[in-house]
Amino acid sequence: MSAVVKLSNVYKSFGTNKVLDGVSFEVGRGEVAAVIGQSGSGKSTALRCINALETIDGGTIDVCGHAVHDEKLDRRSLRRDVGIVFQSYNLFPHLTAEQNIMLAPSCVKKVSKAEARDLAKDVLARVGLAEKAGHYPEQLSGGQQQRVAIARSLAMQPKLMLFDEVTSALDPQLTGEVLKVMEDLARGGMTMILVTHEMAFARKVASQVVYMHKGKVWETGPGAMLDSPRTPELASFVGSGL
Amino acid sequence: MPSFSLVHLEFLGWAALWTLGLSAIAFIGGGLVGFAVALMRISPIRWLRYAAIGYIQIVQGTPLLILLFLIYFGIAIAGFQEVPALLAAGVGLTIYSSGFLAEIWRGCLQSVPKTQWEAAECLALTPWQRMTRVILPQAMRIATPPTVGFLVQIVKNTSLASVVGFVELAQAGKLINNSIFEPFTVFMVVAAIYFAICFPLSTWSRRLERKLNVSRR
Repeated sequence: MSAVVKLSNVYKSFGTNKVLDGVSFEVGRGEVAAVIGQSGSGKSTALRCINALETIDGGTIDVCGHAVHDEKLDRRSLRRDVGIVFQSYNLFPHLTAEQNIMLAPSCVKKVSKAEARDLAKDVLARVGLAEKAGHYPEQLSGGQQQRVAIARSLAMQPKLMLFDEVTSALDPQLTGEVLKVMEDLARGGMTMILVTHEMAFARKVASQVVYMHKGKVWETGPGAMLDSPRTPELASFVGSGL
Repeated sequence: MPSFSLVHLEFLGWAALWTLGLSAIAFIGGGLVGFAVALMRISPIRWLRYAAIGYIQIVQGTPLLILLFLIYFGIAIAGFQEVPALLAAGVGLTIYSSGFLAEIWRGCLQSVPKTQWEAAECLALTPWQRMTRVILPQAMRIATPPTVGFLVQIVKNTSLASVVGFVELAQAGKLINNSIFEPFTVFMVVAAIYFAICFPLSTWSRRLERKLNVSRR
């Protein structure tokens, strides 16, 4: 089975600060990879590189058949295959939940308005917010906004979903409702890469955990590796998180 | 000697229409050029950015009066004998307005958070779709007060067009005063007409702001 995402020896610096220092990992179809690590370990940057939000200095990244490291990359075609959800939701404040979701399908895929509306209804129901279609983002709680943001990505029927610390701005109760949506997605066979601080969630849902430290992949393995870390760095990271 | 009468008021009324017309030309022309320059100013292409910065600096650093002279005599030197005053004044005010509107709107576009640009980009929108569907609707709400504020400046600055022989409201006032020598009466009426044009603009700005405020009730 070919990998949906494959990073090989990826390097990235901001000025003199080496953020990614030879990062390699693979994520197969239907897999859920959780990228964990301290702040500044490069995990969010790695995720942004996968979606070409950052350009890399060296190495290769292949995503759903797109050579992301290639200068001639067709970014729009990459982004039709890859959905991303951000920590700060980034919903469009001047559009209702439904309009937020309808925008990309109607602009990019040119589906009719009626079809886009049906699609919005469908994905809103999947995240449990069918009744919030007409609400503006500021009328929704943080958890609801994040679920609309997930629905907005889903409406483009991506082959891969990226989640960048999507629960970090939420309180525990709201975190729970967002994680539940993500768990349902994982069950449905969506290929996902999530940068997260939710260790319990990573252990339970992830088929692969990637522990990053100082811009390198320090340790990688199944969720159970969190219970028996091989390196002292992961041991102390997991220990401090409990 | 005749004193201020209805005939004079009628003359001022016609001149006020020219002031309005010239303001409209300056705002529409300046808006089109200014928006293009604002887009160049935030372009990822470096030379476009520098060209826009240069244009804005030169326009903002030149008095409108001198700009009008340069254009009026420039066109004449270029070989056109009769320069219509409307053309010279229209071009001058268009350039002047574009230099300021470009910088106002550049700031408004950039005040839409970077994360909004990224989110739109990540949904595979084209740069044009991103601009028209995501960024502009948000930037317009921010842009309304300074834009209308500048529109009021344009209305008042059309009075400088008199130097190239254009008879607008201020020039008409001068002409009337030259014949009846009642400066206080004449220029009070002129001031009142300017105010009657500018005041509704400010009121309209506030209404527009509330209307565009739909997401922040």
